[in-house]
Amino acid sequence: MLSLYARRRLINNFNLTISLLAMVFGLFWLVWILWTLVAQGFHVLSLTLFTQMTPPPGSNGGLLNAIAGSFVMTMIAALIGTPIGILAGTYLAEFGQRGWLAPTTRFVNDILLSAPSIVIGLFVYEIYVINVGHFSGWAGSLALALIVIPVVVRTTENMLRLVPNSLREAAAALGAPQWKVIMLVTLRASTTGILTGILLAVARISGETAPLLFTALNNQFWSSNMNQPMANLPVVIFQFAMSPYEDWQRLAWAGALLITFMVLALNILARIFFRQKAPSH
Amino acid sequence: MSKFFSDTRLKRQHLLDLAFLNITRFFAFLVFAILAGIVITLLIGSLPAIKTFGLKFLVSSEWNPVTDQFGALVPIAGTLATSFIALLIGIPVSFGIALFITEMSPRWLKRPLGIAVELLAGIPSIIYGMWGLFVFAPAFANVEPWLTEHLGNAALIGPLFQGPPMGIGMLTAGLILAIMVIPFIASVMRDVFEIVPPLLKESAYGLGATTWEVVWHVVLPYTKIGVVGAIMLGLGRALGETMAVTFVIGNAHELSASLLMPGNSISSALANEFTEAVGPLYTSALIELGLILFLITFIVLSLSKLLLIQLAKREGKQS
Repeated sequence: MLSLYARRRLINNFNLTISLLAMVFGLFWLVWILWTLVAQGFHVLSLTLFTQMTPPPGSNGGLLNAIAGSFVMTMIAALIGTPIGILAGTYLAEFGQRGWLAPTTRFVNDILLSAPSIVIGLFVYEIYVINVGHFSGWAGSLALALIVIPVVVRTTENMLRLVPNSLREAAAALGAPQWKVIMLVTLRASTTGILTGILLAVARISGETAPLLFTALNNQFWSSNMNQPMANLPVVIFQFAMSPYEDWQRLAWAGALLITFMVLALNILARIFFRQKAPSH
Repeated sequence: MSKFFSDTRLKRQHLLDLAFLNITRFFAFLVFAILAGIVITLLIGSLPAIKTFGLKFLVSSEWNPVTDQFGALVPIAGTLATSFIALLIGIPVSFGIALFITEMSPRWLKRPLGIAVELLAGIPSIIYGMWGLFVFAPAFANVEPWLTEHLGNAALIGPLFQGPPMGIGMLTAGLILAIMVIPFIASVMRDVFEIVPPLLKESAYGLGATTWEVVWHVVLPYTKIGVVGAIMLGLGRALGETMAVTFVIGNAHELSASLLMPGNSISSALANEFTEAVGPLYTSALIELGLILFLITFIVLSLSKLLLIQLAKREGKQS
């Protein structure tokens, strides 16, 4: 029979070891997934990847149209979503102390933040694609913008709340009307934080596949017409990976490596950005 | 003085203030309207299916596009089963990770570990799916016979583990989901653990408690609402996850007791069939699936949010 002291120490050490193993377990998957991506995708990376279109099975090609399509749709989505998100976030932070709208919107926004992205795709399909009659790059951008909005709303509100009230009061004491206080003082003071939010939002949408399946679909050729189905990396990866053709699967791995690298780089960039702004965090 | 602050100038600034307030209010309302719009649009889209099948849609396992008979039982069961497996594995592991980062890790390691966990959360889900299909499933196919041999004859849970070792199926989908939700749950749990006032923990340490006892008897009771909130958040993610599941679940509309058999989830049924669905009833049935998924995640996420708000309130009161 162990003494009480020995037993408590044993339980403690046992549980802490398990916790250490859990940490190792978590990191193990990260390392395994990244290693697989590099092992499978790195040797496929070449210049042709960036200069040629997606090929039919059995011939050589690249991912140029998919990369370009993804880039264009992500940019447009960010351009649509960012102003809406910033303005809504401003309302929540600056005018959101009373009334029913602010708490409700805050709640709804947090739900939209983790709502299933495939449902967003369905929504855009129902309101836009059906009425226009065909899949298009615009529909894809719209779906992605709907994912950008809650991320930007959330960070804008949080960042504006970090601005000390004395700044607002100082500006108001000088006789500045409220809109000038917000536009020229508080929003400007939180620029870096809001930029971080935008970067995180772009990182999030550049890997989203589900909402694009029913909106932008895919296009095997170069398309600069936003009103037509548009090639994009995630859906190309999905189709190529699920196909039985080995050369398509190889391209899918290369695309997967590109996307992951992009997303991780954006994430790290956002972190560095934010750290400069607030060293205490 | 009165000339400088002339009435017209004041009035103009006043109007601009009002305009600014209303513009921002409009966009805040827009966010609210988006959610309402999603629910209403999906409801309208699924009306034909709701009219045709009524409540039978929820309990029927028939899914036959040829005869236009649709029931949501298989995808709903698949969504719930895979999410359940994900939580079963995800909760203890995330707890361990949060515990390690907050209580055990040396100070210099905390930040890199936190970043690593967040990077795992940042990897797009399609990468998990692809990795699952090409790397994890073939590897797991070698483990499955062992599971069948050792657990297949056990009481109660035996039938869950009987079946051909194909690598893809409900269990694989659940495991991939587990890997995906671990970082979400772990990072919220870590944040929640960090709000425990150091004074409380130090008092317990001062009384001679071990690290584990501090966590179990002080940190967990203090944060239990937040921990449940974190779990619900992970559940919300798992329920709605599409790409990671679609690759490995096998997409079969058959109800099977075994977790090793291919199945279907709501989101993977949508991803696989929606663009190819012909006929208004087929499309409408799929949209109703989407509506069901949205309502389930809405409820789960609302609960999670309410719990986290409560924790924040309590924290405000006590400090």
